[in-house]
Amino acid sequence: MVITKNDVLKIVDKIVEVIKENKEYLTELDAAIGDADHGINLDRGFDAVKQKLATLPETTDIGTILKTIGMTLVSTVGGASGPLYGTAFMRAGQVVQGKNELSEEDIVKIFEAALDGIKQRGKAEAGDKTMIDSIEPAYKALKDSLENNIALPEALNRAANAAKEGMEYTKNISARKGRASYLGERSIGHLDPGATSAYLMIKSFSDVVNLS
Amino acid sequence: MVGIVLVSHSRKIVEGIYELASQMTGGKVPIGIAGGTQDGRLGTDATEIMEEIKKVDEGEGIVVLVDIGSAVMSAQMAIELLGEEYEGKVKIADAPLVEGAIAASVEASIGSDFDKVLLVAEEAKKLNKL
Repeated sequence: MVITKNDVLKIVDKIVEVIKENKEYLTELDAAIGDADHGINLDRGFDAVKQKLATLPETTDIGTILKTIGMTLVSTVGGASGPLYGTAFMRAGQVVQGKNELSEEDIVKIFEAALDGIKQRGKAEAGDKTMIDSIEPAYKALKDSLENNIALPEALNRAANAAKEGMEYTKNISARKGRASYLGERSIGHLDPGATSAYLMIKSFSDVVNLS
Repeated sequence: MVGIVLVSHSRKIVEGIYELASQMTGGKVPIGIAGGTQDGRLGTDATEIMEEIKKVDEGEGIVVLVDIGSAVMSAQMAIELLGEEYEGKVKIADAPLVEGAIAASVEASIGSDFDKVLLVAEEAKKLNKL
């Protein structure tokens, strides 16, 4: 199965929509352990992404689309999720430069590049109570599933489930990165907003592929 | 002259430090400021930082001073976006924003080189106040 450019645009639309729906929820999560702006910031960023993508020529390849999303997030989000998700999308774009459709292998590469980019930018690892706690298990589940010849829609479904488990796990650990780390152990008991938004994006990806 | 770029989540913070530093250096040092988002929220914008770095570039290097959290990541991202042309010419000072900015600006104003300005900015974190 391949993912076409049109699918990519549908996935982005879905992410824009889901972030908007969860704007208040993400901001509430952030209010508990951070600076109460995660939902607002991401919503502003993805609104700008939607506007920016509408101006791209129809011939634009997937790599350029992803890089454009990254650059837009970097310049509009404002909070730490700007450079983090910005780097993720830009690195993802680099590994599929010039492509108009994505193979299963490309999708694994995109996840890998995005994950590595975030780790490098945020100097964080799994277990630090960050978006990595959702993305890394999702990446592993996707890669394992595809290596075991599981079809892409189901592999993405498993990735989304793994991201959800990872997100829920952040409730049990204390933050070692970002504003929440000032709270140390008092951050236990709260979901990480970044892990939650990352799960929502991966879930959007899976939902679009599973419904088409 | 070495250029200075100040980065904060708050536009008002960098405007205030700019005012302080300019007063102490008689406006001689090129100082750029990047703070807040384009739509007026608190936050940092890597592309704005990148533009400010270019603006204060007089060919002798640029020292960037940042506040907390995303300011560091956005500044790192800005340096990456500038590419090879600026490699090694721009560095983020591991220093407190206000004290580092004043120290770096004064040092730059007396004509010190890039390494010296960066060093003086970073030494600002050891400054005892009492």
